[in-house]
Amino acid sequence: MICDVCKDKHATVYLTQIVDGQMQKVNLCDACAKEKGVTDPTGFALADLLLGLGSDEKVNLPGDELTCETCGFTQSGFKKNGRLGCSECYQVFGGGLDSLVKAMHKGTLHVGKVPTRYKVTKQFTDQITELKQRLKIAITDENFEEAAKLRDEIKSAEDEFVCAKEH
Amino acid sequence: MMQFKTILNNPAEWMLSAGPLGEIVISSRIRLARNLSGYSFPGWATEDDRMLVLDEVKPTVDTLSEMRGAFSSDLRNLSTIRKQVLVERHLISREQAAKGNGSAVVMNRKQTLCIMINEEDHLRMQSIKPGLNLKSAFNMIDKVDTKLEEHIDYAFDNHHGYLTACPTNLGTGMRASAMLHLPALVLSEQINQVIQAVNKIGLAVRGLYGEGTEALGNLFQVSNQHTLGEKEIEIVARLEKVIRQIIEHEKNARAALFEDRRAMLDDKVGRAYAILRHGHIISTKEALELLSMLRAGVDLGYFTNEVRGIIDVLFMEIQPAHLQMRADSKLGVEERDILRAEIMRDELKILPEPGKLPEQYPETKGNQDVDE
Repeated sequence: MICDVCKDKHATVYLTQIVDGQMQKVNLCDACAKEKGVTDPTGFALADLLLGLGSDEKVNLPGDELTCETCGFTQSGFKKNGRLGCSECYQVFGGGLDSLVKAMHKGTLHVGKVPTRYKVTKQFTDQITELKQRLKIAITDENFEEAAKLRDEIKSAEDEFVCAKEH
Repeated sequence: MMQFKTILNNPAEWMLSAGPLGEIVISSRIRLARNLSGYSFPGWATEDDRMLVLDEVKPTVDTLSEMRGAFSSDLRNLSTIRKQVLVERHLISREQAAKGNGSAVVMNRKQTLCIMINEEDHLRMQSIKPGLNLKSAFNMIDKVDTKLEEHIDYAFDNHHGYLTACPTNLGTGMRASAMLHLPALVLSEQINQVIQAVNKIGLAVRGLYGEGTEALGNLFQVSNQHTLGEKEIEIVARLEKVIRQIIEHEKNARAALFEDRRAMLDDKVGRAYAILRHGHIISTKEALELLSMLRAGVDLGYFTNEVRGIIDVLFMEIQPAHLQMRADSKLGVEERDILRAEIMRDELKILPEPGKLPEQYPETKGNQDVDE
């Protein structure tokens, strides 16, 4: 497959994103992916990229609507009765729910009881989140020695987490 | 397995014994919402899916040691009147009562613990304690939840906490509430101010039967609105603090009425007594209002403290489904109003005339607060 941007090199990065109920696909080579900032998912919007590309690969989803693959629940269903279809819906509709959840509750992060079987996961994710925050501060302060140490700690915490999950 | 009749014949623990601050707080309740991962929520699931969840959950619930000798039933096996009795006792929700296939209810003998399966969420479990007893109610239901969690794979993620059908229950999935009797705040027209103040700090005030229901009999439910972003015990502590403030306001309002509106109190309590002792056709609404005045009459010293227990049981017994259960047949509105008046005349015939308000503001008895 050829890169959609330079139309020259072999594409190695394949992207699919759903924007306004439309599925969009882009194939990129290494160099173009880097140039467009695709390696940093937070700073990247496929729509922006597509503006310069044309949209010949647009695929219309049925009803042009966000739908939960697990249970088939749709966004308009939620708008109608204020309830979701299954627990997976929180992943699917998560983005749109955030502002709603924020308005409804005291915070957006659960701090209460955790079922035993999720405790391990929560410990690790909390630990990793904290380390990453410290890393950010260390980098801003140009404390690179500390940053290197933290980077290693994050790596080992993540490895440990993978091991714990497998057991 | 407990028979349904047995439930009817035994008033719930919270109706019988006055708990801490029982003069004003009728009951405390904690409800937890939980779902199974991998199944659609009951409102979106097919009947087959709901049956699968029921088959997976109910045996686990039935074997809880807390549920020994419990009443347990699929809702399709319960008549409309029986379901309504459970609603009137606050054991199941109105929403649950409308369900049939694939839904069930399990409750213990004392009616302090009740688990609904396939209500709005796969599991809705609640504990009810008399008086202001939120912490003990929480400990009770928390223990049950921890036991169930060993066998049931709950839908949970670290960010949103327990995942619920409605995002308003996300996080802890916990609703803590207390039922308050606030006649003096209503009589002195301060209740709206109190409700507004409570709403402003993220708590809800509702009527006797929850959301969208009327505050019959001067009974109000106060509960938390937020379920995410705060720990369970923090929510409970915050609610309890506010409830204690409402209790203070109610007490002050009572003392003010006692000082300044003596004739009005004599009149209200006297009229309630007269109608309940001599009326022959009384609607639920009127009955609840009159019983509320009589209960206030106990608190103010017109009647002895034991009378409060009779009134609290009557609050329940005179409701439409309870009446039809007692009569063992479906009754029309007028038949119910006649039977209701008859029951109250009978139960209250031992009650002496209230007379006039005592000179001394009554000391509260059997009503001590507990330090937990």
